[in-house]
Amino acid sequence: MMKSEKCTVRVSGLAKRFGANQVLRQIDLTVMQGEVVVIMGPSGSGKTTFIRSLNFLETADKGTIEVCGIEVIDPGARPSRANRRKELEIRKRTAMVFQSFNLFPHMTALDNVIEGMVSVKGIEKAKARIRGRQLLDRVGLLGKADEYPARLSGGQKQRVAIARALAMDPEVIFFDEPTSALDPELRDDVLEVMRELAEEGMTMLVVTHETRFARDVADRIVFMEGGHIIEDTTPDHFFGENASERCIQFLGRIRD
Amino acid sequence: MVELFLRALPLLEKAVLYTLGLGLSSFMLGSMLGMLIALFRISSIKPLRWLAFSYVSVFRGTPLLIQIMVIYFGLPNYGIVIEPVPAALLALTLFSAAYLSENFRSGISAVDRGQWEAAASMGMGYRKTLMRIILPQAFRVALPPVGSRLIALMKDTSLASTITVVELTRVADQIGATTFRYMDMFLIVGAIYWIINQTLTILQTWLESHLSRRYQ
Repeated sequence: MMKSEKCTVRVSGLAKRFGANQVLRQIDLTVMQGEVVVIMGPSGSGKTTFIRSLNFLETADKGTIEVCGIEVIDPGARPSRANRRKELEIRKRTAMVFQSFNLFPHMTALDNVIEGMVSVKGIEKAKARIRGRQLLDRVGLLGKADEYPARLSGGQKQRVAIARALAMDPEVIFFDEPTSALDPELRDDVLEVMRELAEEGMTMLVVTHETRFARDVADRIVFMEGGHIIEDTTPDHFFGENASERCIQFLGRIRD
Repeated sequence: MVELFLRALPLLEKAVLYTLGLGLSSFMLGSMLGMLIALFRISSIKPLRWLAFSYVSVFRGTPLLIQIMVIYFGLPNYGIVIEPVPAALLALTLFSAAYLSENFRSGISAVDRGQWEAAASMGMGYRKTLMRIILPQAFRVALPPVGSRLIALMKDTSLASTITVVELTRVADQIGATTFRYMDMFLIVGAIYWIINQTLTILQTWLESHLSRRYQ
């Protein structure tokens, strides 16, 4: 195995039901450190629920989630104190980027970025601000450090959100449709930042419909439907002529 | 009317302090209690939710005057005697807490779920999320109804006159009785209430625009 196993994401037998609707059925997936895995699939396939359950924004009913060696078994079963502690630990070592950005509207861009550093990691504010400025610079938004989110475009908001995620020094970043709420012209800056992260070796799970990003950046494509992973393959295969009937049909539809 | 006003001034000055003191301190104490009740109402623990719901139901569903009477005239039947001013303060606090808790609760639930999720995903605990992320936003949403509540409370302090607290309304009544110039006295005191509340309204408007600036 080329990639080290220092912080892997291992999911087995994950299942989740909303009322009568079984959204996730028996999901098994392993993501090695440094891998970029793009999750695609039609809406309602469970991909968003899946990625949200990896940091427990959704509580899976059954199955095992292991991130960086921290293992949570059956998150939904009797909320035990030990599980809560492990979930918190996993959250601290991962980060999430949301479709709707979820920036804190009462804080400037810089304060958004340093909030977690200061109030979760306990880093001194002056130090955090220096790091925060570096991160904003990295996503090309140093000039917007003192703006409130309401003054930023969607693409800028999402880049601040990525800087905020990076501020936590995550070992894995989950992206839940990071460009779906953006105008086509605004997507490229966000995708470019994600591409750079991938090149630097960040472990990433990305739910997205961006086929170009998936083809160029992903190490693997996971295709979900009906709560199952029905394909787990390389981009070359997924976008090639030998892909399964279902994938070709799906890609034909999102290209239209 | 001017000479009456000047003659009444020493008494009115003292009375204004009682009115303002009762109104502002019951507002502050009621806000603290109200916040606690609001947190109980959104708690995941069922008995706490039920307790908060019952509290609001009782104190919002009965007249303030009855609550004042129960505390001042009723409790002595059970050997609990409370002086007029503390009794009025207690009643106003309990009463306003019920209303304020509803304002806070709706403010908190108006904050987008994604805010909780963003904080949770960075490993922030419940208390910090509440203090640093949710409440600052909830406060802005709750400000207009909370401001209205403070103004209503200022006027409600006049009910303390029924248990001999010498605030504005009682002073007007007393001077009216001795001079028999009720109309003038009640107009003077009414104007004082109006000035207090107009000042509060201006403060509230300023605070609202100050807080919403960053959201534009």
